[in-house]
Amino acid sequence: MAAGASMETSLHRFVINHSKKETGFLIALTLLSLPIYYITLDIPKNVFNQGILGKGITFPTTVFGVSMDQVGYLFWLCFLFFCSVMVNGAIKQYINTYKGRLGERLLRRLRYELVSRIMRFPLPHFRKVSSGELIPMITAEVEPLGGYMGDAFAQPLIQAGTLATIATFLFIQNWMMGIAAIVFFPLQGYIIPKMQRKVNQLGKERVRAMRKVSERIGEAVAGAHEIHANGTANYERADFSDRLGRVFSIRFQIYIRKGQVKFLNNFLNQMAPLLFYSLGGYLVIQGELTAGALAAALTAHKDMSAPWKELLDYYQQTADSKIKYEQVTEQFRPENMFDEALQVPLSEAPKRLRGDIVANNLVVVDESATRLLDGITAAIKAGEKVAVVGRVGGGKEALAMALARLYLPSGGKLTYGGADGLTLSEPMLGARLGYVAQNSYLFSSSVRDNILYGLRQRPIAPKQREPAAEAERQKFLAETRRAGNLDLDGEADWTDLAAAEIKDPSALSSRIVEVLMAVDLEEDVFQLGLRGTIDPKAHPTIAGRILEARKGLQQRLDDKATEAGMRGLIEPFHPERYNTNATLAENLLFGTPIQPAFEVDRLATNYAVLKVLDQVGLAEKLVAAGREVAAEMIEIFADLPPDHEFFEQFGFISSDDLPEFQAILSRISRPDTPMLPEDRARLMTLPFKLIQTRHRLDVLTPELKDKVLEARQALRASEDPVVKVGVEFFDPDTYNAAATIQDNILFGKLAYGQAKASQRVGKVIEAILNDLNLRSTVVEVGLEFAVGVGGARLAPPQRAKVALARALLKRPDVLIVNEATAILDAQSQARTLDGVLKESDGRTLIWVLHNPTHASRFDRVLVIGEGRVIESGSVGDLQKDGSVFAELMTAAAA
Amino acid sequence: MSIKEEVEVLRNIPLFAKLESAKLKLLAFTSERLTFDTGQPLFQQGDPGDAAYIVMDGAADVLINTPKGPVKVANLGRHQIIGEIAILCDVPRTATVVASQPTTTLKINKDTFFRLINEFPQIAVEIMRELARRLDKTNEQLRQAVTKSGG
Repeated sequence: MAAGASMETSLHRFVINHSKKETGFLIALTLLSLPIYYITLDIPKNVFNQGILGKGITFPTTVFGVSMDQVGYLFWLCFLFFCSVMVNGAIKQYINTYKGRLGERLLRRLRYELVSRIMRFPLPHFRKVSSGELIPMITAEVEPLGGYMGDAFAQPLIQAGTLATIATFLFIQNWMMGIAAIVFFPLQGYIIPKMQRKVNQLGKERVRAMRKVSERIGEAVAGAHEIHANGTANYERADFSDRLGRVFSIRFQIYIRKGQVKFLNNFLNQMAPLLFYSLGGYLVIQGELTAGALAAALTAHKDMSAPWKELLDYYQQTADSKIKYEQVTEQFRPENMFDEALQVPLSEAPKRLRGDIVANNLVVVDESATRLLDGITAAIKAGEKVAVVGRVGGGKEALAMALARLYLPSGGKLTYGGADGLTLSEPMLGARLGYVAQNSYLFSSSVRDNILYGLRQRPIAPKQREPAAEAERQKFLAETRRAGNLDLDGEADWTDLAAAEIKDPSALSSRIVEVLMAVDLEEDVFQLGLRGTIDPKAHPTIAGRILEARKGLQQRLDDKATEAGMRGLIEPFHPERYNTNATLAENLLFGTPIQPAFEVDRLATNYAVLKVLDQVGLAEKLVAAGREVAAEMIEIFADLPPDHEFFEQFGFISSDDLPEFQAILSRISRPDTPMLPEDRARLMTLPFKLIQTRHRLDVLTPELKDKVLEARQALRASEDPVVKVGVEFFDPDTYNAAATIQDNILFGKLAYGQAKASQRVGKVIEAILNDLNLRSTVVEVGLEFAVGVGGARLAPPQRAKVALARALLKRPDVLIVNEATAILDAQSQARTLDGVLKESDGRTLIWVLHNPTHASRFDRVLVIGEGRVIESGSVGDLQKDGSVFAELMTAAAA
Repeated sequence: MSIKEEVEVLRNIPLFAKLESAKLKLLAFTSERLTFDTGQPLFQQGDPGDAAYIVMDGAADVLINTPKGPVKVANLGRHQIIGEIAILCDVPRTATVVASQPTTTLKINKDTFFRLINEFPQIAVEIMRELARRLDKTNEQLRQAVTKSGG
């Protein structure tokens, strides 16, 4: 489950609260490792004194009952040294891994906590913070904390312990040398923190300045239109260069000061060996110290510089990390956050939201302390249909958000069926209350997924896994819990059909269609479906039915009774006929390119295609045709200025290429010069783009077309694997996976130059699909349409309708619509209102209307102004002279 | 029918008669060939005027809406140009035009038309000449009408 109610304000609190056991273990392990470390220091002294110099020992000596001479004893000591180094290294390695894992785990917890908090921010707070600020904080800024948090307690202990061990060893050898080793520490310990403090302050400033820069970058991106429209790019640049200049001077100062700290530190470190050589040397000469002890002491002191450096680094890091932690987390502690208890996952099906909604003296204040709602008192009966009207900014929008509990009241009381609105859990409200905003957000997935989004408050059915995968999953979950992350399965089925009163999955589709009808979106989704593709291998039945529709369309076109002119609208693909409404390339391939090598621009360099063209003797003819086309184009377009729109609209040759083709033509007109291969390819590409009925050039002779048909057969018969995977061939009896459903039904080309051909054919296709009961199938395909980021691939009215469908599918007990249909045209608005009213039969509906003329469809009207209820009653009651409602109606009619 | 044949047709239209053949080819190439069935409207009265049509083959009735219903005022046949007023003056269609038999037209878009004029001023001169001729003709008809009603 999620972490404690509030977030620790200090980094060390955070670490200790979430890693008591691990930290304790690390401390114990570190303490255990110190004696072993001591041994690694002590053995070299014996190696020197006893093993090499043979002092204080007589040979042969006996170790564990084995007699040894001096050389044997030397190797024995070396072996002991090796063992102690190995053990010491192993412990260190273990501690490091342990620390690393602890740090990563704590980082995961911190990030989770931060993301989790965003979902508890009060909504008005999002007017102040931008994703441009939040994203780098959670992703980049906290990244270095991961390493630090693992070290937070263990590192100082390890390094200080190592230092103390070395110092102890030195003191045991000789007290004066001990003092020499540590004499500079107090000095360093006093000066360096002082210098560091200034660096820390600069560090804080740097973070603030950089955050401001990212905020301004975000603005420059979001306001790109305004910058261009106002010609203020240089104004913005000047602002950025000032800000970056400030960041530069802060960073440079930090650099200088850090350098000073380092220099001083290194300098003092070098002073100690000076003492060793002088003092230690003197003692050895005097015979008060053995040479072995001095050698060991020198080694030991050299070892001291590493932990001492680490300790100082740790000190610097601690300061850095503390600042970072505080500066990040304070951004995630806005006032009036949603209580964590409100978002506790549901453990059972959400309870129905029955009874009246009563607002008593409700007050909502925005982030600048403006009263959006100033004492609203209203009761909405269960099942009542209430329209909310009022002037813009008068509080009607805020009322809708407060009733949906999206704005937390700062005063007064809100109850749903007697239950305190502040205690109802958000997943429960989310399941039983529908809210549609004016600018609803769509997530980047399919239409269907967006509509089902409203049913995902809790996992319903666990994901079925193989035993091995399940064991893996359990391990994964154990780690998830250790990091304090939510341990619900994101891969489980979260779609709660029962809450939406859908009995079984098979009934879902028809329910979705019902909802689409209600919000006037079914036709749009149908059209999306026609432009969608299906995989015939995964859906053989659907593919089969689409082929039926193809046959149906052809029959209808062949039917003598069909209105005259209908026949000419489509030119079907025929394996043995040249399609005059398709390009030459399409006629040649007679299929849809799957690989880019078969796109029209690359055909002339596709060796598999060239082979076939040569085989039927078409290649030369195409080059000749290309020559003719080039000559025609040059004649037609030569007088136009280079950037003229006609090139793009009508030409197959861009204005840049025109001179090149002129050059090619003059090159090849010279006698006795062989054509360059690239000239050949370029000329050959031109006729590939020709459409007979559109371009009406005489180049496409019957003879050439016959050759194309011959090449088509040859290409189709080709055994070349490149061809086999590169093209999906047309076949009257096969579904083409690479083409849209519409193209599969059409199986041909719309005839050029037939007035309104596309609309007329569209109507026929729709009629055929309806006759074959395929409409719902196509709608299913349309539901899989990917809406893009924020629903950008849908038109704004379609987005609004998807959001309405999402709310309706829940069959909510209370539906609140906040001017969501303002963007629709008048007819669609009326149809949507009808549909929603019908769907809400027996349920509570609160609709904030931007246009009060629709109010007559509701039981009651609340007129909101200045954050209060000004008038309340039926349209009949309110429509009298002098009422605010009457005024609003007059304003709407004007 | 190919571009070459279309160029021949355009050459027979007074408005374009004096243009050199490369320009006529450009005009033909940038225009869309559009066919209409009997009874199918080319455009309706009140529609925005977005294109002019040249009848390549067939014929079309010009109808004007009156309180008593549509009244046929003219029938335009081969090689006649339809709807050029609307694209020149930016006014909605002043009449409905319906194909009176299967008809093939060359549709010249307003944008294409203006770009051609911008690029090749001699087209503009030809058009001015043609319009002046028509104005003269209309004035003549008006004079006759006035004299008739006055007399």
